[in-house]
Amino acid sequence: MTGTISAPADTAFVRMTGITKSFSGVHALRDVTLDVHLGEIHALVGENGAGKSTLSKVLFGVYAPDAGEVLVDGRPRHGGAAASAAQGIAMVHQELTVIPSLSVGENVLMGIEPAHGWFIDRRRLTALARTYLERVGLDVDPRRPAATLSVSGQQLVEIARALAQDARIIILDEPTSSLGPEDARRLVGLMRELRDGGHGIVLISHDLTEVLEVADRVTVLRDGRLVASDRASAFDEDALIRNMIGSDVSAVYERGDRSAQRIAPNGPALRVDGLAAPGVVSASLQVAPGEVLGVAGLVGSGRSELLAAIFGATRATAGAMELFGEPYRPRRPGDAIRAGIGLVPENRKEQGLSLDHSIQHNFELAALDALSRGPWVSRARGAELYAAYAKRLRIKAPDPGAPVATLSGGNQQKVVLGRVLATGPRVLLLDEPTRGIDVGAKAEVHRLIRELAESGLAIVMVSSVLQELLLTCDRIVVMRGGRTVGELDAASADEESVLSYAFKG
Amino acid sequence: MSTQLIESAPVTTRPASRIRSRAGGLAELGPIAAFAVLLVLFAIIAPNFFTVFNLTNVVRQVSITAIAGVGMTLIILVRGIDLSVGSLAALTGSLAALSLAADPAGHSLGGAVLAVLLALAVGAVVGALNGLLVTVAVVPAFIATLATMTAVRGVALLVTDSSPVSIPDGPYLRIGLGDVFGVPIPVIIMAVVFGLGYLVLHRMKIGRRIYAVGGNPEAARLAGIRVNRVLMFVYVFGGICVAISALILSSRLSSGQPAGSVGLELDVIAAVVVGGTSLFGGRGRLAGTFFGALLIGSLVNGLQLLNVPDYWQRIVTGAVIVAAVVLDRLVRRDRTTS
Repeated sequence: MTGTISAPADTAFVRMTGITKSFSGVHALRDVTLDVHLGEIHALVGENGAGKSTLSKVLFGVYAPDAGEVLVDGRPRHGGAAASAAQGIAMVHQELTVIPSLSVGENVLMGIEPAHGWFIDRRRLTALARTYLERVGLDVDPRRPAATLSVSGQQLVEIARALAQDARIIILDEPTSSLGPEDARRLVGLMRELRDGGHGIVLISHDLTEVLEVADRVTVLRDGRLVASDRASAFDEDALIRNMIGSDVSAVYERGDRSAQRIAPNGPALRVDGLAAPGVVSASLQVAPGEVLGVAGLVGSGRSELLAAIFGATRATAGAMELFGEPYRPRRPGDAIRAGIGLVPENRKEQGLSLDHSIQHNFELAALDALSRGPWVSRARGAELYAAYAKRLRIKAPDPGAPVATLSGGNQQKVVLGRVLATGPRVLLLDEPTRGIDVGAKAEVHRLIRELAESGLAIVMVSSVLQELLLTCDRIVVMRGGRTVGELDAASADEESVLSYAFKG
Repeated sequence: MSTQLIESAPVTTRPASRIRSRAGGLAELGPIAAFAVLLVLFAIIAPNFFTVFNLTNVVRQVSITAIAGVGMTLIILVRGIDLSVGSLAALTGSLAALSLAADPAGHSLGGAVLAVLLALAVGAVVGALNGLLVTVAVVPAFIATLATMTAVRGVALLVTDSSPVSIPDGPYLRIGLGDVFGVPIPVIIMAVVFGLGYLVLHRMKIGRRIYAVGGNPEAARLAGIRVNRVLMFVYVFGGICVAISALILSSRLSSGQPAGSVGLELDVIAAVVVGGTSLFGGRGRLAGTFFGALLIGSLVNGLQLLNVPDYWQRIVTGAVIVAAVVLDRLVRRDRTTS
């Protein structure tokens, strides 16, 4: 299916052998071997913490391996990350490094700006940047400030920068995770073009469908060890997942039990009618106790903004909301919490947790009033409540006094969820509840969502992963351009029907 | 005797016992260890340093920066800063002096109480002004308090006609100069303020909110915390702490000095930062601020006793601040990567 040259092993541009790396005595990588050829897309997959990022950072020179050898074009890799460009290696990090106040062109040619002596040659810079932007298919004026670009545009700028540095190997860390389907598809096309143009691509991705579609070879890591490495055609998704988690798939992707009552006799828990707010043009939905309502749509379609408005994090400018039949108009998140609405935000590191602080303190934050007598916090009650939720949500943390940053993504997410549940909500808003957590933890979160619904909560869940919505929800509303444009029964819907609403309304 | 004074302050012993129980407490021990080294060093080389009289004097002096440091610690914990400390100390000290000088009863106890209340109220009002500029006008704290620093100094000079106001002999002077059972009153006040600060930060809801807002403002907001109220609280609290420092200072000088305390905010910020509180917010402790103030205070005192010229004192103090912060960073890095 691909025009890849099946390169003999000895032509590998990058050859990593016996790479071992540990942090504070914990092995992140053990004896891992990886070859990357020019003209191939080599995908690295594995759960969070499996060692994908560490391996790519060893290649990029961020970490020096404790043992093992990295050969680039036949010579030992030398120097830190700053020496990578000279050796033909570039990396596009998950957190983009575009400098917003500089122009697009300056970002593309950062560090290699054409100049007369000490002065930058603007005309040549613009012209040169334009050629690289064309190669990545980004049609913007290089003089534009980089801040005005979308996330996908900024990503393309970084790839253009890699090309400008004449990189032979480009490492892409989760390049499509923050893109909508359309941009993701364009990026996949670009990866193929770069490969066919003779570049080697290391693709780190959680999206297995995409990996199987685009990669020539796939290497699976688990707990820092290489567990499988073969041509992509040798795998299917189930096989990849089996290798990633080391167990059978069927247990992981178990379809939720939909026996929950669909329509409550007493009407909806939450009803939103023609709501307008920043990022939301007009949204209507209702959700009943015991029901999970999914919100689908492309990135930027106003899904998160809708949740923010329901939660009072932004002010609604028009429309009406009702909570159990009572008019509801929150002015700030505190109003929503008191009224019985909880929000698990999209980005737990930026919006959910104070990472330096203890698990216990992060957990208590929203329920402080309930844990206090007058102005005084009761530590005993806090510890008791945490213990109860840690048990119920199966939070795996040895010491609640430890910084929350020491937990895995899945457990961090459960701390946020526990904090929200501790406020006693009747309506739960979940924004991308499984983003950035392990396959195993994802399945657990899905189960928890169903359990919570069965206990009588009304749940509204936003997700970019359609499969997750189809698995977990009872109904799905689709948003496009800030409007709710359709509603589907999750039992009979499939990815195509949801996407057709998302794209065409 | 005087070393016992230091150790018996409630704030310093309690967190010290927690430090041992927490992994990575080494970073928080930094200022204490540095202070101990300095103490031993000066006891050996500086004549008259390790005497009851001198150490009592050091602690009296230190109390002024340490008390203002309690407020500053809270402000820095929420990622703020307060540059108006010196000006506000001058204003509140001068107003107290003016009210005492105007007391028809000739500095009665009632007049002293009135002067104290006036100073505290003005401290709270200027703190509230800083808070409003930061929250309602959304001016960065650095700029907002730079503005109030300038304006408040102007007000101090205006109300006093630019000249010092002497305080007639009376009960007010006991605030800075008196003692109870041998314990200087400034030290008692300092212990009370630190005790109060500890309760606020570690026992009360507002303390959790202060750390949360400093650690991650957006997460705090989405957890239902009214961030602006927390910011208002710390700036008002900070203003009151400054006023308390100003009471001690004006009492020690027997006068209100409208042109005095210039740069006090920098000494206070230095004490807080040397004490290990992060300027990025969310991380720090009052015990650190106490030992930071004590470290800088005894350093200056010891150098004075050694007859080190003033300019060298400044150079050494600057170097010690840098050394303390660099050391702190190295210890922290150790903890996070090993």
